[in-house]
Amino acid sequence: MKPAAFEYVAVRTTEEALAELARDGQDARLLAGGQSLMPILNMRLATPRRLIDLNRVGELAYIRAHDGGVAIGAMTRQRAVEKSALVARCVPLLADAMPWVGHFQIRNRGTIGGSLAHADPAAELPAVAACLDARVTVRGPAGTRTLTADQLYWTYLTTTLAPTEILTEVWFPTAPSRTGHAWLEFARRHGDYALVGVAAAIMLEEDSVAEARLALTGVGARPVRARDAERRLVGRRPDDAALADAAERVKQVTEPQSDIHATAEYRRHLAGVLTLRALRLAVARARQAPPVTT
Amino acid sequence: MIPPEIAITVRVNERDYVERVAPRLLLSDFLRHQLGLTGTHVGCEHGVCGACTVLLDGAAVRSCLLLAVQADGARITTVEGLARDGEPLHPVQEAFREMHGLQCGFCTPGVLLSAVELLRDTPHPDDATIRRGLAGNLCRCTGYQNIVRAVRRAAELLDRR
Amino acid sequence: MTTRAIGARIPRNEDPRLLRGLGCFVDDVNPAGVLHGAVLRSPHAHARIVSIDTARARALSGVVLVLTAPDLGEQNQPTPLLIPNPNLTHPRTPRPLARDEVRFVGEPVVFVVARDRYVAEDAVAAIDVTWEPLPAVASIETALADGAPLVHADVPGNRAARMVQRVGDPDGAFASAARVLHEQLFIERSCGSPIEGRGVVAEYDPRAGTLRVWSSTQAPLPIKNGLARLFGLPEFRVDVIAPDVGGGFGTKIMLFYPEEILVPFAAVRLGRPVKWTEDRREHLIAATQERGQRHDVEVAVDADGRILALRDRFLHDAGAYTPYGIVVPIITSTQLPGPYKLRNYAVEFDVVYTNTAMVTPYRGAGRPHGAFVMERVIGLIARELSLEPAEVRRRNFIQPHEFPWDVGLTFQDGGPTRYDSGNYPLGLELVLARLGPGDFRRRQAEARREERYLGLGIGCYVEGTGIGPYEGAHVRIEPSGRVFVATGLTTQGQGHQTTFAQIAADALGCDPADVTVVTGDTRKFNWGAGTFASRALVTSGNAIGIAALKVRDKVLRIAAELLEVSSDDLELAGGVVGVRGMPDTALTLGALATVANPIRYAFGKEAAEAALRLVKPRKGAVLAPGEEPGLEAYGYYAPPHATFASGCHAAIVEVDIATGDVKILRYVVQHDCGTVVNPTVVEGQIHGGVAQGIGGALYERIVYDEQGQPLTTTFMDFLMPTTMEVPEIEIIHTETPSPLNPLGIKGVGEAGAIPVPALIAEAVDDALAPFGVRVREMPLNPGRVLALLAEGRATA
Ligand SMILES: Cc1cc2nc3c(=O)[nH]c(=O)nc-3n(C[C@H](O)[C@H](O)[C@H](O)COP(=O)(O)OP(=O)(O)OC[C@H]3O[C@@H](n4cnc5c(N)ncnc54)[C@H](O)[C@@H]3O)c2cc1C
Ligand code: FES
Ligand code: FES
Repeated sequence: MKPAAFEYVAVRTTEEALAELARDGQDARLLAGGQSLMPILNMRLATPRRLIDLNRVGELAYIRAHDGGVAIGAMTRQRAVEKSALVARCVPLLADAMPWVGHFQIRNRGTIGGSLAHADPAAELPAVAACLDARVTVRGPAGTRTLTADQLYWTYLTTTLAPTEILTEVWFPTAPSRTGHAWLEFARRHGDYALVGVAAAIMLEEDSVAEARLALTGVGARPVRARDAERRLVGRRPDDAALADAAERVKQVTEPQSDIHATAEYRRHLAGVLTLRALRLAVARARQAPPVTT
Repeated sequence: MIPPEIAITVRVNERDYVERVAPRLLLSDFLRHQLGLTGTHVGCEHGVCGACTVLLDGAAVRSCLLLAVQADGARITTVEGLARDGEPLHPVQEAFREMHGLQCGFCTPGVLLSAVELLRDTPHPDDATIRRGLAGNLCRCTGYQNIVRAVRRAAELLDRR
Repeated sequence: MTTRAIGARIPRNEDPRLLRGLGCFVDDVNPAGVLHGAVLRSPHAHARIVSIDTARARALSGVVLVLTAPDLGEQNQPTPLLIPNPNLTHPRTPRPLARDEVRFVGEPVVFVVARDRYVAEDAVAAIDVTWEPLPAVASIETALADGAPLVHADVPGNRAARMVQRVGDPDGAFASAARVLHEQLFIERSCGSPIEGRGVVAEYDPRAGTLRVWSSTQAPLPIKNGLARLFGLPEFRVDVIAPDVGGGFGTKIMLFYPEEILVPFAAVRLGRPVKWTEDRREHLIAATQERGQRHDVEVAVDADGRILALRDRFLHDAGAYTPYGIVVPIITSTQLPGPYKLRNYAVEFDVVYTNTAMVTPYRGAGRPHGAFVMERVIGLIARELSLEPAEVRRRNFIQPHEFPWDVGLTFQDGGPTRYDSGNYPLGLELVLARLGPGDFRRRQAEARREERYLGLGIGCYVEGTGIGPYEGAHVRIEPSGRVFVATGLTTQGQGHQTTFAQIAADALGCDPADVTVVTGDTRKFNWGAGTFASRALVTSGNAIGIAALKVRDKVLRIAAELLEVSSDDLELAGGVVGVRGMPDTALTLGALATVANPIRYAFGKEAAEAALRLVKPRKGAVLAPGEEPGLEAYGYYAPPHATFASGCHAAIVEVDIATGDVKILRYVVQHDCGTVVNPTVVEGQIHGGVAQGIGGALYERIVYDEQGQPLTTTFMDFLMPTTMEVPEIEIIHTETPSPLNPLGIKGVGEAGAIPVPALIAEAVDDALAPFGVRVREMPLNPGRVLALLAEGRATA
């Protein structure tokens, strides 16, 4: 299990990386944390001619408060996000989900940008981004674009990024007050990609749902935002009947696939179970959160 | 077409090496076969088993998912660096001996280095923390029980130091 | 007085080296100029090889050798059938390289040797093979279907073997039974998957004509002798070394693996050392696998739940070849009765070829399947008669006074299946006492009111261990006072360098830390078989004991002569021998070793002491007729037949009926392996076995699609449990020594894995009893648990 031969270049700036990409286009691959790309190379499932290593691009590694939210550079290690006090305070859903990404040794290398760009529909980060309406910044030869998760994800392991583009930043809005978040997932073993994962955010106003957000992993070719279920919750008292109704709706809209780990039917069922549990947790947390101050 | 070799400088177990490597050479193979540090083991080469875990600038990482060229300028600790020749066993190693935390010893180097970081982050871990922290190191021999006890014991030994 | 080493919790001799990263595993062996091999493996489950074009591969810079089947000539003959059996009417073994046809994905077709493994893999990728795909059978059912494609064109119906065994009069008992119950059970494919894969290094010295091979194997001696014959070399010019081995679990007892021939072949051909290190994908497709049986069982019981007769018919999946014979199903059939009185028993099995990886023993070797069947039957009876499963066990146990107990069948080694000793009821009661079943039933009822589902499961087993043919040992005291022990079998983590040392140390009155044990090195010991079938400590342990006692006799004899006393007055302890009660007479073992070798040129205190103080003028030759120099001896032990260890495991699980998740809340083990040489090591063996059992019950499956493509080729898909899935394991030791061997030892290596699927099944049944769930297949997974729930609710 050894990679096929490739050329290697370690760039120091985003500009340099863009220039390299512009030159090599289709034949090159960006190397971020390597925690998804390296296994693929080792198994020779991909044989790029050239690797452009982003690990020395210092300007892409940061976590900072920005524009009413938190901006995270693409080359920020997952472990840094997990340990960030700013993230824990402002984007609790992200903080909740981080420890579920692989193992700490994986997160020591794996990056935020790599995880988002790899577009694995079972991955936590894309679902969190979808749930929170995160904004992804992409730079390419034609300039900079900003995308939502919906615009970023195309299908299984595929984004809408051009081969000459780089994902440079993701921005998450600061969690509003009276909002409860929950990340729940079910994996066969700890540290594995989950069979299904659910991100939930519930904002309460006088004990009725002012805003609901739900996104799932493992139930489609991309992270799935369950907008229909969300709409059903808004304006209702978050009692078990309402939450169960939303969970049922989630089951109806998901189209999971069967594989050796679980059947589609099981995954759909699990999506309902986890959605209900995540919603309950989010509601409980929202009730404890400080009230909206206007 | 064979891409040219690249010169790198790495500090491994406090010793400096200047080496030439093919771009595709995995860090695990570089350590084992080019530097002769065969204590780092390879069990899957796709990031799951953890046998190849080393400390890269102090952080536990999979050496099978890194290229040797990426280690240019870095500081690496392998199992051989925990206690060098003539030095007594590192407390984590000592604890594994006391608690029978290894059988065939193949997974052990990776487990030890993961435990080093785990105990640095959490000097007094409870069993749940130990189990969560070591879930990324597969062991086929021990059933983990004595590994967990060994890490608990290592915390005590480190405290005494 | 010194304390006995046997029975003590002594830290392991092997650990300091391994902990420092100074172990030497096969891939750590790097002879100067070593080249690296890679194998082109069949991507098809069944295909004809139309043509192979290696030109592009040969042209790559750094490629040294490319071998296809014709290049191997005579050496490409089918590998030997290791354990023939008259019932195996259609044995088929593979060739090192497939010639015209491939029969499973992963079968070797071309062997490449290159400068490094990277280039070798480039070369493999550059080989163009034209295949003519043939229809494949990937499961027992499809292999047995009418008109099914044939794995081997000359094996009709894909049936390799059929065996029928019978004890007593099962038909009569069935005819008159109060009740007859019936069940169909299935255990899926799995595999051993040690964290160190396989590997082979070979070095041929054309000047000396010597071939040296390092292999990550459990049996270097048979490999050595086989290679000598295959390559036409004198046995004494071939050495095979199993250095540190990173786990075996049966996978590495298989021989000859193709690479064990290909690598030496290339080394001889090139006159340069060659290495091949298996990667994980290769391991998961081409190393041998196990489990994979389908049972149809019937039991006749009386009104009290006593078993009158049992009839089992099963199908065993052999994979594409049968190099290891039909040992696994034989063990299943003979060990199925477990600790229960089965006076009337009929068992028959068919061994079926499929286009999948070969099946050879994996830890447990047929027993987990047998225990699953027997213990499911116990559960069936319990449900039918509304009894606690524990009670059904009590009513059917062989009682302590009934030993030796003859099951009435021929065991895997050709000897009787005769249980030598044990106490099965005690084991069950100890485990139950620890768990408190009354208390558990109360908690279970409470939990159910909160819609939480707890279940208790028990699994009992008897394991035939320590089979022959024999092992041997060489024990020598060196002038340094250190003891050197060598034996032919290997160690893969079981701690032989410690437990074997403990046995020698007790015989020689020294510290186990002063005993160096060498295993698996044919340069150091030339006789024996290997480490398998939980036999190492029984066979080699006793051989070491026998050899060490011979050395002890000589120590005492020489010391008695020197001190001019009767050897009865001597005491041997703490590495010195002297007259009891007279410490100033004490002589070190090192000094005696020096005296025993009448050639003196040694450095050191012992040598000086010996020369100055001990040597007396002699008449005649320095060695009296019949006398041998040194303090050393050889010993051999051949067991009369297997010795039967036993145990009882129990667990409490919780099933989440919304997700189907099964969590193990408590796990208790009672085990009896006779004399315990080192409790810590024994516990470690059990922990590891249970973890593998849990893998087999809830996580690990080898899956093939209908075309025979393996779908579990990475550790992301073959799910070995982690720290998070294996619970704390509580262990109760009981010791019923074996009357069959001097040390009273029984084996324990495989035990932990055996009853786990059985007891998890019982626990899940128990937890989900309100829904009428009955587990019939292993392993479970959450989806299957939910399917069982749905099925149970539908029929309830
Ligand atoms: C054992 C194991 C378990 C894991 N478990 C999980 C899990 O449970 N959940 C989970 O989410 N992940 C898991 N992962 C994957 C891990 O999180 C990866 O780190 C992540 O998917 C990719 O991030 P990376 O930085 O390693 O990217 P890389 O592997 O370097 O790159 C991945 C892909 O993204 C592209 N890419 C990287 N950065 C950019 C960029 N800035 N712009 C454009 N393209 C880019 C690369 O070219 C490549 O195609 C696991 C990995 C392993 C080995
Ligand atoms: S060898 Fe690197 S994780 Fe398994
Ligand atoms: S000790 Fe053998 S794999 Fe862990």
